[in-house]
Amino acid sequence: MAAATADSPDAVALEGVGRAYGERVALRDVTFTLPAGATVAVFGANGAGKTTLLRILAMLLRPHAGVARVLGAALPREAWKARGQVGLLGHEPLLYRDLTARENLRYHARLHRVAPRRGDDLLERVGLAARADDPVRTLSRGMAQRAAICRTVLHDPSLLLLDEPLANLDPGGAAAVAPLIGRGSGHARVLISHDVEQGLAEADWVLGLRAGRQALWAPGDQVSAADVRGLYA
Amino acid sequence: MAAVSAVVRKDLRLEARAFESVPAMLMFSVTTFVLFHFGLDRGALAGDLAAGVLWVTLLLAAVLGMNRLFATEHEQGGFDGFLLAPVDRTALFVAKATVLFAFLVAAELIAVPAFALLLLEPGAGQALPELVAVLALADAGIAVVGTLVGALGVQTRARELMIPLLALPLLIPVIIGAAEATAPLFAAAGAEPLPGRWLAVLALYDAVFALLAYAVFDFLLED
Repeated sequence: MAAATADSPDAVALEGVGRAYGERVALRDVTFTLPAGATVAVFGANGAGKTTLLRILAMLLRPHAGVARVLGAALPREAWKARGQVGLLGHEPLLYRDLTARENLRYHARLHRVAPRRGDDLLERVGLAARADDPVRTLSRGMAQRAAICRTVLHDPSLLLLDEPLANLDPGGAAAVAPLIGRGSGHARVLISHDVEQGLAEADWVLGLRAGRQALWAPGDQVSAADVRGLYA
Repeated sequence: MAAVSAVVRKDLRLEARAFESVPAMLMFSVTTFVLFHFGLDRGALAGDLAAGVLWVTLLLAAVLGMNRLFATEHEQGGFDGFLLAPVDRTALFVAKATVLFAFLVAAELIAVPAFALLLLEPGAGQALPELVAVLALADAGIAVVGTLVGALGVQTRARELMIPLLALPLLIPVIIGAAEATAPLFAAAGAEPLPGRWLAVLALYDAVFALLAYAVFDFLLED
């Protein structure tokens, strides 16, 4: 497991980061530092810039302003250093629907140079072993989400970028994936959630976004549910 | 190489399961040959005309493969999945060009004999070894340009329109070289020697576009 050490660089360090899509500014002047192994819960209404932030941290989008560092690598120039140490679980599972869960994980294992057996182990841990050889298109949304979580942690990333990771999961599924992506996983995490109480319970730090701007940055134990709900007003 | 192999294996597996590209390319080619067979109303074709019919048909069939080449990556998050991995981005270009080349070969394994059966004199198959050399060089050019254009076009809304509009003009040198190289093989008086000059033109085209594509493909994957 990618454990945090005293010598580890901060998982994320942003200073004045911004991003626009044409004329529309999606993210503006975001500044925060997330220590290795810590969790930041990101809150904000739809369109607040949460997904854009996640995609910048995943090195899938270039920041248009400011300085961004992920696991010590300056983006986008040094993105190659951090690529492969980040696990992204977004709205889409990033799985091929006509391949089975096992085939999808073997494909990603080859890309990440991970032993194929690792995927089989993960499928077993999330309770998908019995459906591992069924095409992903035949899985329920919850099962596909479990398979996507296996893909996310397949290469044991140091930083997890999670967008509503428990969406579509039943209580049993949520319990099964908790050791992989939960607080006890040891990974640094950027966690987007609309479940205020649960997000706060997981957070060492809280980031609030409103219309692309940073409206809140504070330690998790100093933020109340009411503070967070204010972001949605 | 591991990343190239992973993408190629994944794409071949997807094609074996979904049958989206090769059957479409094959059906299009054979149907077009049947249409030429009846539309031209001749006993058999020879020389320039036969070469032109073969290569225009194969090129248009290839466009169907180009249209689908990156569709799964675009629709099912394959681009993101690949870009998250610690691999050279040009591995995706090499893999996709290899896959398109394989699709072309698979379709031609049936389409070319069908062409010979429907539109050539009996016995024209003697030139098959020489024809294979032309097919290999032309397919390589189509695969390289098709991959480049496919990656560019898949980002646009009118993918089915943009890809042929971009690819076909770029592939005019391929169709000229391939048709000129093939025409002597289909001569009415019997197969003539393969013109090495046109093979060299095709090889040069392949090399130039492979280098060009290798240099710019990274930028096509940028946001």
